[in-house]
Amino acid sequence: MKKVMEGSLGVANAVRLCKPQMIAAYPITPQTHIVEGLAKMVADGNLDCHYVNVESEHSAASVTLGAAAAGVRVFTASSSQGIMLMAEVIFNIGSIRLPIVMVCVNRALSFPINIWNDQQDSFAVRDAGWIQLYAEDNQEATDMIFQAYRLAEDHRVSMPVMVCLDGFILSHAFEPLDLPEQAQVEEYLPPYKPIVKLDPENPLTMGVMGGPEVYMEMRKSVQDAMIDAMPVIEEVADEFKKMFGRGSAGLMEEYRMDDAELVILSMGSVLGTVKEVVDERREKGEKIGVLKLRCYRPFPVEQLRSALAGIPKVAVLEKDISLGYEGALFTDLKAALYNTENAPKISGFIAGLGGRDITRKTINDLIDMAKSGAEGTTFLDTAKEIAYLGGVQ
Amino acid sequence: MIEIRLHGRGGQGVVTAAELIATAAWEDKIYSQAFPTFGSERMGAPVASFVRLNKEKPIRIRSEIYEPDYLLVQDPTLIGTVDVFKGLKPGGTVIINSSKKPGEFKEVPAGVKVLTFPATDLALKVLGRPIPNTIMLGVFAAATGLIELPAIKRAIDERFPPEVAEKNKVAVTKAFEEIKGGAS
Repeated sequence: MKKVMEGSLGVANAVRLCKPQMIAAYPITPQTHIVEGLAKMVADGNLDCHYVNVESEHSAASVTLGAAAAGVRVFTASSSQGIMLMAEVIFNIGSIRLPIVMVCVNRALSFPINIWNDQQDSFAVRDAGWIQLYAEDNQEATDMIFQAYRLAEDHRVSMPVMVCLDGFILSHAFEPLDLPEQAQVEEYLPPYKPIVKLDPENPLTMGVMGGPEVYMEMRKSVQDAMIDAMPVIEEVADEFKKMFGRGSAGLMEEYRMDDAELVILSMGSVLGTVKEVVDERREKGEKIGVLKLRCYRPFPVEQLRSALAGIPKVAVLEKDISLGYEGALFTDLKAALYNTENAPKISGFIAGLGGRDITRKTINDLIDMAKSGAEGTTFLDTAKEIAYLGGVQ
Repeated sequence: MIEIRLHGRGGQGVVTAAELIATAAWEDKIYSQAFPTFGSERMGAPVASFVRLNKEKPIRIRSEIYEPDYLLVQDPTLIGTVDVFKGLKPGGTVIINSSKKPGEFKEVPAGVKVLTFPATDLALKVLGRPIPNTIMLGVFAAATGLIELPAIKRAIDERFPPEVAEKNKVAVTKAFEEIKGGAS
């Protein structure tokens, strides 16, 4: 039965239902409510779990790595600067292929210090060998936790999963949420059986040095495993849908794309506002659709090619920037469609950085510009009179 | 879709009030969404929160609310400091926590329905603390009929420890009945 709940609490409850044996976390806005919620569940005796309060995010990730290596189900969460401080360990976790589930409550990176939402933090670690999933609403964020564990622990995958949800916009929003029963979760998510683990009875070592004679093969196997994870991502999402009667397709989902002359591609909570505006413009007879990208890494190149085949125009809307180039998703999509026949004209749009509200007008402006064939990257909703070190040469 | 904006100061329970409206509405199967203005909240600083209600379908839009149908002003000292009336729809309703008469608020735009209620006074009397948020919900429910009193009471029960909940239910009922009884 659905109950109105804060997004963070929904996620915390989903983690509880997955029964992790170890949680290590350090608070940081806007992620704090999740780990506070879990700490309370452990303290109240509602979750039998070893909860480790650490002194930094670097330690949170390290403790999580160690516990996962010892073969138990683990959880951690962070945001922004916390993800940055974890970065070294995040890359290690990815390469060792430990099936850790971490929630990244998306927040801008400093400077300026900014606690509000964009997706720069998870984009900054996109190359670390983690599967990255982005939630559109709190139901999806909550349901992604179950899917993330099942995916990470599947022996065909054995890879960490980062569940990304927009800070404040989702984490602090209250909306009706459905939490499954414990038995249903256990039916969907089997107990964790590690492929290998640190075990005094059968000693082995993990995370050791690998010289030029093995390093490339190690990297290539992670890459191969990432690509091979794609059908499993779809499978776990489909099975979730079958069992729970709700949810999205695993890699991406089309919305009103039949006969569309313009498709907006985006990730995360902004899709709700985009769909709302697209419905309004559809009523005026404009042929616009939406492609929700749910899985950013691995990047579903073939699926994007087939979904966008024959679409004249595509607008990429994202909350990140690769400084010195353009939005990272824009680059990725163009590369994916390069050398394909009849590739669409693609325009890039950046909005919502550092919590700038994305409104109906933002999306309407984007549609107007994309329809008239905007070139390159456009920053939406920016004021000309604000410039950092403006005029200084 | 009905859009509500709540204004108050940090510590007055503006975010909790939004949460309670969303919870109460969903009790009656009205889709709801509540969220705060996102920021570093400090005691006493102006804060706002938002609620959307939709009887027909789930709510997808995520932007802040710029043209509310209803305004709840929990702290009248904000009027003149913050443009609390900004964007209020013509024909919209504003409920102000004040012992003044509605006509005394000259800043209210034309064509707007104003209702005042001394929520802080009642809070001090019943709760022993100057937290007007639940009382304002009683006024809101009685004046608009958008949410039901029993649903608010259930939402309060879910949100607060029993002792706090009991007092708040007494306060919210009193406010509801006073408005229904014809007080302005």
